[in-house]
Amino acid sequence: MDNIIRKYLIMTLFKYGYIFQVQMILRERFCHQRLPEKPVGMESQHKHLLELLRRTAVHGESNSVLIVGPRGSGKTMLLNCVLRELLEVKDVNKNVLPVHLNGLLQTDDRIALKEITRQLNLENVVGDKVFGSFAENLAFLLEALKKGDRSSSRPVLFILDEFDLFAHHKNQTLLYNLLDVSQSAQAPVAVIGLTCRLDVLELLEKRVKSRFSHRQIHLLSSLSFIQYLDNVRSQLSLPQDFPDTKFYDEWNDSIKTLCEDQLVVDVLQSHYNSSKDFRSLHLLLMLALSRVSASKPAIKPTDLLEASRVCMVDSKANILHGLSILELCLIIAMKHLNDIYEGEPFNFQMVHNEFKKFLQRKSHSIHNFDKPVVIKAFEHLQQLELIKSMDSSTAKIQKEYQLMKLLLDHSQIMEALQKYPQCPTDVKQWAMSAFG
Amino acid sequence: MVRYFTRLRVRRIYKWGGRPYIFDRKLKSYGFEYLNMSVEGQEAVTTVTPGQYILIEGNDDEYPFVAKLLKLFGDESHKQKKALVQWFLRLSEVPQNKKLLLGRSPHPQEIFYYLGRACDDEINAESILGTVHVQHVPEDTPFPEPGTKDTLYVKLSWDTKAFNVLDPVLMQDTSASTPPKPALPLFTPCASPTATPVSRGPVHHALPTPDPTVMRRAGSVSDTRATMSAGKRSTLEAESIHSASKLSASKILSAKRRGSAADTPGVRKKLQLSIGASPGKKMTRADVLCELLDEEMESEKVVSLKLSSSVSHSLQHGCSLSPMRSGCKTPNGQRRFPWKLTSISLDRLSPTALGEQDFSSDLLLAVIPLALEDEVFEAGLPTDAGSANTPKKRQATPRRNYVRGQKPTTPSRRKESAMAIREPALGVLAEEDSEDSPMQPIALTPRSKRKSAQLVSLRIRKQLNLLDNTQELISDGDDDCFVPSKKELQSSSDEEKTDSEEETVARKTRGRNCKTSVRTPHKTPSKKKELQSSSNEEKTDSEEETDSEEETVVKKTRGRNCKTSVRTPHKTPSKKVTPSTPRCATPCIPSRTVPARQPGNILEEARARLHVSSVPESLPCREQEFQDIYNFVESKVMDGTGGCMYISGVPGTGKTATIHEVIRCLQHASDMDEIPTFRFIEINGMKMTDPHQAYVQILQKLTDQKVTADHAAALLEKRFSNPAPKKETTVLLVDELDLLWTRKQNVMYNLFDWPTRRHARLVVLTIANTMDLPERIMINRVASRLGLTRMSFQPYSFKQLQQIITSRLNKVKAFEEDALQLVSRKVAALSGDARRCLDICRRATEICEHSASHPSSAGLVKMSHVMEALDEMFSSSYITAIRCASLQEQLFLRAVIAEFRRLGLEEATFQQVFVQHRTLSRVEGLQPISLSEGLAVCQRLGACRLLLLEASRLDMLQRVRLNVSQDDVLYALKPVRD
Repeated sequence: MDNIIRKYLIMTLFKYGYIFQVQMILRERFCHQRLPEKPVGMESQHKHLLELLRRTAVHGESNSVLIVGPRGSGKTMLLNCVLRELLEVKDVNKNVLPVHLNGLLQTDDRIALKEITRQLNLENVVGDKVFGSFAENLAFLLEALKKGDRSSSRPVLFILDEFDLFAHHKNQTLLYNLLDVSQSAQAPVAVIGLTCRLDVLELLEKRVKSRFSHRQIHLLSSLSFIQYLDNVRSQLSLPQDFPDTKFYDEWNDSIKTLCEDQLVVDVLQSHYNSSKDFRSLHLLLMLALSRVSASKPAIKPTDLLEASRVCMVDSKANILHGLSILELCLIIAMKHLNDIYEGEPFNFQMVHNEFKKFLQRKSHSIHNFDKPVVIKAFEHLQQLELIKSMDSSTAKIQKEYQLMKLLLDHSQIMEALQKYPQCPTDVKQWAMSAFG
Repeated sequence: MVRYFTRLRVRRIYKWGGRPYIFDRKLKSYGFEYLNMSVEGQEAVTTVTPGQYILIEGNDDEYPFVAKLLKLFGDESHKQKKALVQWFLRLSEVPQNKKLLLGRSPHPQEIFYYLGRACDDEINAESILGTVHVQHVPEDTPFPEPGTKDTLYVKLSWDTKAFNVLDPVLMQDTSASTPPKPALPLFTPCASPTATPVSRGPVHHALPTPDPTVMRRAGSVSDTRATMSAGKRSTLEAESIHSASKLSASKILSAKRRGSAADTPGVRKKLQLSIGASPGKKMTRADVLCELLDEEMESEKVVSLKLSSSVSHSLQHGCSLSPMRSGCKTPNGQRRFPWKLTSISLDRLSPTALGEQDFSSDLLLAVIPLALEDEVFEAGLPTDAGSANTPKKRQATPRRNYVRGQKPTTPSRRKESAMAIREPALGVLAEEDSEDSPMQPIALTPRSKRKSAQLVSLRIRKQLNLLDNTQELISDGDDDCFVPSKKELQSSSDEEKTDSEEETVARKTRGRNCKTSVRTPHKTPSKKKELQSSSNEEKTDSEEETDSEEETVVKKTRGRNCKTSVRTPHKTPSKKVTPSTPRCATPCIPSRTVPARQPGNILEEARARLHVSSVPESLPCREQEFQDIYNFVESKVMDGTGGCMYISGVPGTGKTATIHEVIRCLQHASDMDEIPTFRFIEINGMKMTDPHQAYVQILQKLTDQKVTADHAAALLEKRFSNPAPKKETTVLLVDELDLLWTRKQNVMYNLFDWPTRRHARLVVLTIANTMDLPERIMINRVASRLGLTRMSFQPYSFKQLQQIITSRLNKVKAFEEDALQLVSRKVAALSGDARRCLDICRRATEICEHSASHPSSAGLVKMSHVMEALDEMFSSSYITAIRCASLQEQLFLRAVIAEFRRLGLEEATFQQVFVQHRTLSRVEGLQPISLSEGLAVCQRLGACRLLLLEASRLDMLQRVRLNVSQDDVLYALKPVRD
C-alpha cells in the first residue's frame, strides 16, 4: 500500500515537473520570446527579403524595401528570422551593421540621428565630444556614409520600425538622406521599413518617393481555416526534444484530440472569422494554457471556450454590472432620451426630468433622491466614460446644462439589465417600455 | 552671443610719382615711373617702382597676394591707377588637391611663379599694400637657412597643373632692380620701422611700407599662423573649450609653433620639419625643452645681432647670454634660468622695444572673447577640468610656460612675442597699427622704462611660480589619439583669423590709447586688480569683456608697458587647457573584413549596372540640356563673370546627373587647359537641417572652416563682394532649392545676389521640381535676381528610357528587347522617372533568377518576369488586402457600404455601421459579435488605412470613411460572396 502511494507521489512530482516545462516552452512561444524555426505561410516573402539582404551584405548592393502588413501579421518576426539566418552565414556575420530605429521612439530626426550614430559606434571617432547641433550631426553622418564605397565599407542595415511615423518628420530629411545614400555610390545600405499602413507610399514626398525602390513585401495572410487549425495544433504541440517521451506522446495526443473536438473547432472558427493574425490566437491559447496544472495535465475543450469568452467579452457591459441602481436608472433615462430625440445630445437636466417622471409615475421601490446625489451619480457615469461631453471642456457651461452623449448601444443596456443582480422589476419594465 | 565688428579700413593715399609718359595714345593711358603711397595721417611714404615685388590686397589679409610690378599706368585724369603685374602664388593659394604635387614640405616663405592664365594681371594700383623682397633660389640649392622674415623665396613655377623648375631668366631682371639687404633690418620685427629713426627718414627706395605688420606677416607665413593661434586664445578658448578633454595634438602643435614664432625663421623651419616628420610622436618633456632651448639660443643670437645692427641703443646682452643657457640642460634649471635673464635683459630694454611692447600689450588686452559659452569656458579652466588633460598636454604645458616666460628675456624677443600675441587678433588690423605707430612717441626716458621693466619681470616671476603650482593640479586624462593633419591645422588657423576680425574695432581704439598712455610710468590700482585676477586664473570671458570696457575708461593706465608681461603669463594658464576640438574628425563606416563579392553571372552583372548608383559612361538622352548647361557655365567661367540658372523637372529626370556630367567635362577641359580653372561646390536643401545652414556648408566647402550660420553669411558676403584679383570662378550647385525657402527669403536672395556682384565670379545652378517655383514662392526681388535663364527637364519618353537602359547594360545581354520596351513604355506612361525604370528592371532580373531552377541556368529576362515585376510595383495592394482580411473585417466593410448607401453620404459613425454589421451577420448566419470586438475590427481596418477613422477616444461615435472606392471593395469581396 505504502509502495503504491509512494509511486503515486513520485509520479505526480514528475508530472508536476513536466507540466512546468510544458508551460515554459509554450509560454515562450506565445509571448514571442523565441523566434519560430521557420515563418509560417510567408515562404516567398522570406526568400525575397533574405535574397535582398544577402545581396547587400555580400555584394554591397544598396537596397530599400518596405514590409507592409496588418498588425500582428509577423513583420518583425519575418525580419528577425531573416536577420538570424543572414548572420549565420559566415561571410556576413561580422560584415553588417544593423541599426534599429523605431518611429515611436525616434520621434524626430535629431533623436534618430543620435541613435544612428550611437548604434554605428561612430561617437568614439570624436572621442567624448558632446555632439553639437543637429546640423553638425547630420553633416557628420552624411560624411561618414559618403566616405564609404560599395566594395570596401561594411553594409549598414537601417531597420525602421513604424516607418510611416518617420514620414511625418520635418521635410522627411532622414528618409531622403537614407534613401539617397541607397541610390548613390556611397557606403552600401539597406533601408528596411516596417509598417502596417497600406498607403505608406502616399506619405512620402515626391523626391523621397522617387528615391525609394518601390519594393514592397506584403504580408497578407491568406490562410484557410484548415491551415489555421493545423497551425494551432503545431503551436500547442511539444517539440521533439522533450525529455520524457511518454509525457511527450501523451500531451501531443491530447492536443490532437482537442483539435478534433467540435466545440474547439467552433471556438477557433469564430476566432478565425474575427481575425486571422497569430497574435490574437496566441492570446487565446495563452489563456487556455494557464488553466493547465499538475492535477489537470491537459487542455480541455472547456478551457478553450472559457478563454475565448474572456477574449471576446464586451468590456462596457461588464462596467454596467457594477453600477448602482440610481446610475442604472440614469442610463435608462438617457436611453429613452436617445429614442425620443433620435440620438441628439442631452444634458443633466433632461435626464433628471426623465428620471423624476419615472419616479412619479411608475416607481414603487425606488425612493426619491436629492438632486446633488443624482448629479454625483451623473458625474460618476461621466468618469466611467459611459457618457461623453460634446462641447469642448473650455466652454464655461453650468454642469447641469452641458450637452452629453451616451456611449452605449441599446443592446448593451438590455443585456446588462438581464444580468444585473436583483434588478427591481419596475426598473426593468421601464427600460423595456417604449418611450419612457 | 558672438559679436561681429565691421572691419575698419585705413585709407591709403596713392600718388603718382615721376613724370608721366604716354604709352598708349589710343587709350590715352599714361605710364608712370613710380607710385607713392602713404597712410592717411602719417608722414611715411612708400615708393613703388616697376620691377619691384609688391604685396597686393586680397580677400585674405593674412597673406596678401605677392606679385611683381611690371608697369604702372593710369588714364588721363590720373584718377584711375592701374598696374600690370606678374603674379606669384603662395602654397595656400594652390588648390588643395594639387598641393601634393609639390612632393616635399614647402618652405614657409616659399612662393611660386605663376604661369597660369586664369588671373587678370591688370590690377588696381590702389590695392597695393607695399613692397616685399623676393629672392630666387636655384632648383638644387637649399633655401637659405637663417633667412630673414620678410624675404620670400621662389624656386618653382606653377602653371595650374604642375610645379616646374623656374627659368632663372624670368627672375633675372628683378633681382637687379630690387634693392638688396639694406632695407632688411627695417623690416625685421626686432627693429620695427615705427620705432627706428631711420625708417622715418626721407623716402628710400625700399622703405618700410605703411603696413609693417602686414609686411612681416607676409614675410613669414608660418609665423603668422602660429602667432595667430597664440593671440587668439581667449576667443578660441571660449570656442573650443566645449569639452575639457578636447585638447588634442593640434593644439600642442600650434603651441609648438607658438613657441617657435618667437624665433628666427631658420629655427622655425627646423621645428616645423620635425613636426612634419613625426606628427603623432609624443615628445617627452625633456625633448621639448631641449629643443626649445636650442632654438632659443639660436634665435637669441640672431635677434640680438640684428638688434645691435639696427637699433642704435640696443643691448649687447643677447649674445653673452646664450652660452649660459646652453649650459644648463636639466629641465628645472632651464625653467628657472630664463626668468633671471629676464630681469637682466629687461633692465636694458631699449625704449623702442618697450614702446612697441606697450602697444602690443594694449592690443593684446583688447582681445574680446566671445561671450558665447561662458559657462563652458569656466569648465575648461585648468583647475576645474584638470582631469581631462592628457599626459601629452602636460608635457606641453611646461614647455609653453617656458616659452612664454622666455619672451621677456631680450627686448627683441619680447617684443616679438608680444607681437605674436597681438598679431592674430590684429590679423586684419595691419593698417590700423601702422597708422598709429609712426606717431608713437619714442622718447621715453630709459630710466623709467627700466623700472617698469623690472617690475614686469618681477611679476612674471611671481606669475610663473603660480603657474608651476597650478600645473601640478593638472591631472592626467586619456589622450585621444587624434592626429591632426597639417591641413587641419591650417584650417583652424584660418578660423582664428576670421575671428580676429571681430576685434578690430576695439583694437583700434586701444591702439590709439597707447599713444598717450605709454608715458605714465606709475602703476594704478586698476592694474593691480588685474594682476590679482590674473593670478586666480578663473577669469571668465565676461570678466575679460568688462576689462575691455574698463579699458576705455582708464585709458592711461592701460597704456602700461608692464601690462603686456603681466598679462602674458596670466593668459598662459588658461590657454594651456584650451582643448582644441577635433574639428575635422573624419568619420567613416568601418570597413568590411571580407571584400564584397563581385557579380558572378550575367544577371548579377546586369543588376549591378542597372543600379541607380552606378555611374554610366555617358548620359544619353540629355544631349540638348547638357549642351545648354555646358555652354552657360563655360561662358561664365571663360568670361570670369557670374550668373544664375534655374533647372526644373520632376524627380528622376536626370537633373543632378546632367550637371555633374557637365562639371566633369568642364573639369576635364580645364585640366586640358582649355578653360580657366574653377571650383565646384554642391549643396542640397534636403541635406541640411535649416536653410541658413547653406551658408555654413558653402563656406566649409570653400575654405574648410566651420563657423556659425550668421558668421558664415558675413564671411561669404565679404568674399563675394570684395575685389580679389586672383579669384577663380566658383560654380555652385544648389539642389532642392525649394527647401531653402525662408520667410524673409534671405538665403535665396543672397544666393542669387552674389553672382551679380562685380567681383564675385560665382555661377549658381539651382535645381527644383516645379517649373514655376520662382513665380510661386519667391518674392519679386529674389525672382528677378534669379533671372530668366531657365531650363526644364521633361520626363523621359519611352524611347529615351529604353536607350538609357540599353546604354547602361552596355552589351550585357540580359533582357529581351520586348521586355525592355514594356518596362520603358509602362514607366513613361506613368511618371517618366528613370530611377523607377531601373528599379523595375533590377527586380525583373531577380524574378528571373528565382524562377529558374538553377541560378546559373537562368536565361534572359522575359516578358513574364517584367510583367511580374511591374505588377509588384504598380498594383495597388488594397484589393489583396481586402481579400486576405478576416470574415468579420470583410463584413464590416460591407456594412460600411450599406450604411453609406442608406445615408447617401460617404461618412457614418461607428454606431450606425455597427447596427448594419449586426444585421448583416445575422443574414450570413454568423454569431453577432460584441461591440468591443466590433470596435477592434474597425480599428484593425483603420490601421491598414482601408478605413479612415477619427480619433479613437470618441469610441462608438467616431466617424468612419472608406479609403478605397466602394467599387473596389465590392469587386474585392465578390468572389467571397459567390
